[in-house]
Amino acid sequence: MSISNSATLSMPVGGLYHRRRIVNKVALSLALGAAGFGLFWLVAILWTLLYNGLSAINLPLFTENTPPPGGEGGLLNAIFGSVIMTTVATLVGTPIGIMAGTYLAEFGRNGKLAEVVRFINDVLLSAPSIMIGLFVYELMVVRMGHFSAWAGAIALAVIVIPVVVRTTEDMLKLVPNSLREAAAALGAPQWKMITMVAYRAARNGMITGVLLAIARISGETAPLLFTALNNQFWSADMNAPMANLPVVIFQYAMSPYEDWRQLAWGGALLITVTILLLNIGARLLAGLGTTRK
Amino acid sequence: MDANSPADSSRQMPPHAFSGPSGHHASVGPSHDRPIAGAGLPEKISVRNLDFFYDGYRALKSVTLPLYDRHVTAFIGPSGCGKSTLLRILNRMYDLYPKQVATGEVLLDGVNILSPKQDLNLLRARVGMVFQKPTPFPMSIYDNIAFGVRLYEKLSRADMDERVEFSLRRAALWDEVKDKLRQNGMSLSGGQQQRLCIARAIAVKPSVLLLDEPTSALDPISTAKCEELIDELRSDYCIAIVTHNMQQAARISNFTAFMYLGELIEFGNTEEIFTNPAKEKTSEYITGRFG
Repeated sequence: MSISNSATLSMPVGGLYHRRRIVNKVALSLALGAAGFGLFWLVAILWTLLYNGLSAINLPLFTENTPPPGGEGGLLNAIFGSVIMTTVATLVGTPIGIMAGTYLAEFGRNGKLAEVVRFINDVLLSAPSIMIGLFVYELMVVRMGHFSAWAGAIALAVIVIPVVVRTTEDMLKLVPNSLREAAAALGAPQWKMITMVAYRAARNGMITGVLLAIARISGETAPLLFTALNNQFWSADMNAPMANLPVVIFQYAMSPYEDWRQLAWGGALLITVTILLLNIGARLLAGLGTTRK
Repeated sequence: MDANSPADSSRQMPPHAFSGPSGHHASVGPSHDRPIAGAGLPEKISVRNLDFFYDGYRALKSVTLPLYDRHVTAFIGPSGCGKSTLLRILNRMYDLYPKQVATGEVLLDGVNILSPKQDLNLLRARVGMVFQKPTPFPMSIYDNIAFGVRLYEKLSRADMDERVEFSLRRAALWDEVKDKLRQNGMSLSGGQQQRLCIARAIAVKPSVLLLDEPTSALDPISTAKCEELIDELRSDYCIAIVTHNMQQAARISNFTAFMYLGELIEFGNTEEIFTNPAKEKTSEYITGRFG
């Protein structure tokens, strides 16, 4: 708007200026078009999901186990399995990730070992999750001789670790050095400084990292296919195959049975809403961190 | 002149020592035409032939000076002259960073704190420090103060309350925060935060206080409050303050050390340094001709 205004004023309306305005408009439209294209698919996916999934959300979905084809049922065992394995994975992966991230930010810093650890962590961060599934399959499933929820949880934990390492390191690096010096100036040993001061200052960011890691693993299918597999029945035994939402969705969505496909839509909506909520929570926390500083 | 000042006006130099041809004064090193200022007072810290290296770069060159107990010593000089470096040696803050080395001697109550055997945390509990920018910890006002105390003392609830109140009163902050001790320390204003940091440093009962440009980030009113506070604290501590503000040095210190390019050019009674410096460089700096 200011551009068109100034053009009518005393600006020299030469060819160069005219061309600039056109180029600006073309670039702006292209950028808007690209943004619109991306948003269109996102909205389309969410709309389809809501359209098909909402009708599948009912009480039996949360109270009954996965049914045989043609039978009545819900996703109770899959929801339970997903929650259990995600929880165990988070409980295993978070402390390891926080400790490694703390090492990188507070101890290793720019040392050789830290550089290597950081590089490997970046590789792990972008490793295809199916590779992690295969790795845990070789490590645990083959040796134990059967699929198990433990293997599934460990595979998910391996995905949690690099995410938490990265956010922990980044958030600790944002803690001003003056705060570390201030703690040291009072005679605080380094571990006290880290646990009492640095962690507190970085807390929101670190929790955000954990939430994002949970969001990431709650939709992972590939690693679970090779580890926890699936279970049509209720099972709380960590040593046995366990049902979980992503694999159930995968199997049911590919099935020829209408009621199974309906359950898959319901499960997909459930996962999406969960991840959305986790992301919003992470956003809110991160925002809280920046405004309170 | 307040009662604590050691300024001995009978030793005032005749004016010609300053106004006369001063070429021969420009030589570096301790001045030989006067005794060391404050000689006879109890030396809390003695810095002797101190050199400091940042990754090989020599930032301090053979610095020797005393810091007297229950007196304020100001370090002045242009940026990069080594004042803050010197201050950060006195509690070995530089040890947090690799590639920084100090050689020479710094005696605190007669013990060389540069010795590798020196326990750094115990040293820092005895030598408190306040930084240029206020650095409240992300916790309540109460915990900000209790943090340092809990490191070395097991106090009962009542004793801790008392210590917190004592420190906040000493830092002239008690009346402003006594009703909101549970509030986050970061919610205070900049000047209050800095006094909180001073209170925090006092709470661990140090014998030396190092102040690194403590008022340079503060507004004039907060600065005045902090200066009053320093004046109050003088009677109990050995205080060293780095400042870019020469009026501040003149107002609050008993002794002044003028540093330039890593060397101690002149150390003396503040009054003498500002009215009748022995060295040409000092007089140029305090009259604003460089720096």
